[in-house]
Amino acid sequence: MKKSVVLLLVLMLAVASSASAEVIKIGVFEPMTGPNAAGGEMTVEGIELALELRGEVLGKKVEIVVVDNKSDKVEAANAVSRLIEREKVVAIIGSYGSSLSMAAGDIVNKAKVPTVGCSPTNPLVTLNNPYYFRVCFIDPFQGTVMANYAVNELGAKTAAVIQDVTQDYSVGLSKYFVDAFRQLTGNQASIVEMSSYNTGDQDFTAQLTNVKNKMPDIVFAPGNYGESALLIRQARDLGIDVPFLGGDTWEAPEFLTIGGEAVEGAVFSTHFTSEAPVTEESEVFLAAYREKFGREANAFAALGYDAYMLILDVIERVGSADSQAIRDGLAATEGFVGATGVITLDVNGDAVKSAVINQVDGGKFIYLTTVEPF
Amino acid sequence: MGDVSIFLQHLTNGVSLGSLYALIAIGYTMVYGILRLINFAHGDIFMLGVYLTYYGVTYTSLPWWLVFILAPLLTGFIGILLERVAYKPLRGSARITILISAIGASFLLQNLGIVIFGGRPRAFPVPQMLNHVIRLGGVSINVVTFIIPAVTIVLLLGLTYFTTKTKTGLAMRALSKDYETASLMGIDINKIISITFLMGSFLAAIGGILWGSRYPQLMPLMGSMPGLKSFIAAVVGGIGNITGAVVGGFILGLGEIMLVAFLPRLSGYRDAFAFVLLIIILLVKPSGLMGDNVTEKV
Repeated sequence: MKKSVVLLLVLMLAVASSASAEVIKIGVFEPMTGPNAAGGEMTVEGIELALELRGEVLGKKVEIVVVDNKSDKVEAANAVSRLIEREKVVAIIGSYGSSLSMAAGDIVNKAKVPTVGCSPTNPLVTLNNPYYFRVCFIDPFQGTVMANYAVNELGAKTAAVIQDVTQDYSVGLSKYFVDAFRQLTGNQASIVEMSSYNTGDQDFTAQLTNVKNKMPDIVFAPGNYGESALLIRQARDLGIDVPFLGGDTWEAPEFLTIGGEAVEGAVFSTHFTSEAPVTEESEVFLAAYREKFGREANAFAALGYDAYMLILDVIERVGSADSQAIRDGLAATEGFVGATGVITLDVNGDAVKSAVINQVDGGKFIYLTTVEPF
Repeated sequence: MGDVSIFLQHLTNGVSLGSLYALIAIGYTMVYGILRLINFAHGDIFMLGVYLTYYGVTYTSLPWWLVFILAPLLTGFIGILLERVAYKPLRGSARITILISAIGASFLLQNLGIVIFGGRPRAFPVPQMLNHVIRLGGVSINVVTFIIPAVTIVLLLGLTYFTTKTKTGLAMRALSKDYETASLMGIDINKIISITFLMGSFLAAIGGILWGSRYPQLMPLMGSMPGLKSFIAAVVGGIGNITGAVVGGFILGLGEIMLVAFLPRLSGYRDAFAFVLLIIILLVKPSGLMGDNVTEKV
């Protein structure tokens, strides 16, 4: 009797271990709490949808392990360490927030685990890191797109910039905007005010009062959706009525609910819109998302979807779920058809793609135009 | 905009922020003054107050002003519950033990908040009445900016009256001096401590509602920074002293705004400003600006 129990246990163990060998584990580290929570949650929705549509590759089941990086740089580094050491994942997806991705960069590079960012747009995320890739465009492009829009569409001659100094995303994007804006206006003095704040700040009245004093034609204020919404509210209270421009992080429902009437007219660049599907895959994605969640998808869900689908495509292409093989396969990615566009990764591992410009109108994000890469 | 109106605008901004800190600091200092307990969960009680208000306004058909009264009351009872669970069993043990229990309670409330309310921020439903702008010359002022200092002053006067003129207030002051003797004199310690927590938490929730009306972004961790800043305000003013808490709050709010306004390069250090102020006060005058006058202690 005892023997048979032992035998049974051994058998169960054997089955369990062989089953786990048949599973391909992909790690996800995204902010599910903290000031970037909405971005992380939207991205994970896209990844989970992709898993539902394609849960198998090379005849093996795929499993995703989601770890919350709490919108915190230290937690982001812990999260990827845990995915690599404890969960033994073969590849990683993440993270919304360039600073969070950069905090993980060294670790994935040393451990040689290929990582695909969905929406971190700062160029430093992938630079000199052969194991970091991304499915989105980068900030030199995004900053130029918004400077072009400000100068050519809005006729702006001067601008004020308000940046979040704790976010590499905000600092980088501001810098590229400033460079492009100065070049387009041919005037070094066209940036009339440059001020800064920290993630978590709630009061921006001091910075905004100084901005108001300089009377710029537009204000460029890329930052987290929550802080940005509060900032624009306070700007309207102070009587600043010029257009506010920002980047892709503004595309969150919270930007609209927290900002209320104040954010009407705000313009920002992003990666994708359900109003202008770009590929056949976009249609597949949008229909599946609508069915699962009962609403329209946004750029972050689409990028999460693409990052997952790209990794699976690579595993199939190279015929192996070995980390090194996946890395080499990712580096050779050319013409992958994703929901957000056709993805070809350049020498740095960055995608070169078009940007979408959206505007808040009637409490919704309205699609204005698409800008092709220069 | 002329230079004068810019300065006036900065001044208004500073008073608005300062009175919020002051309001939260009053509750902090009150609990400390009576129990000699730094209630580190005060900021999280503040957060609970805002969320209760949010749910009350959004999911019930009650008028907003009624919710603005009921939610703080409910928060007050949560405060009593917190004291019963986290502090009462430790009454009489070393102060450091209770302090650690307070920090534990703070983490517990924050994480409960994440589980129950979710990690994504919510928008506080600001009543239309509190959300329009008045322009005086070159200065723009949101109505809520007038309301916050007014509420702070009214509560300050009310509390001062309560602690000096009523019997319960007298009992509180007796308790703060020596609670064993006070209990020998027939004061029901448990009842008085419960009332203290009810009032402290009620004040935290009122502070939270006004904070939410000014900065309508709700997050489970939203209480920690305002909690710390108000704690600093209370220490700067002299912890235990209600008037001192108000003074400390204004100093902190005005200081922060002026730092960012006139030294924009240092705007990344606005939180550091509060802590530097705390260090200076602890070095120069540990009892706080108004802390010497022992007889005024609540």
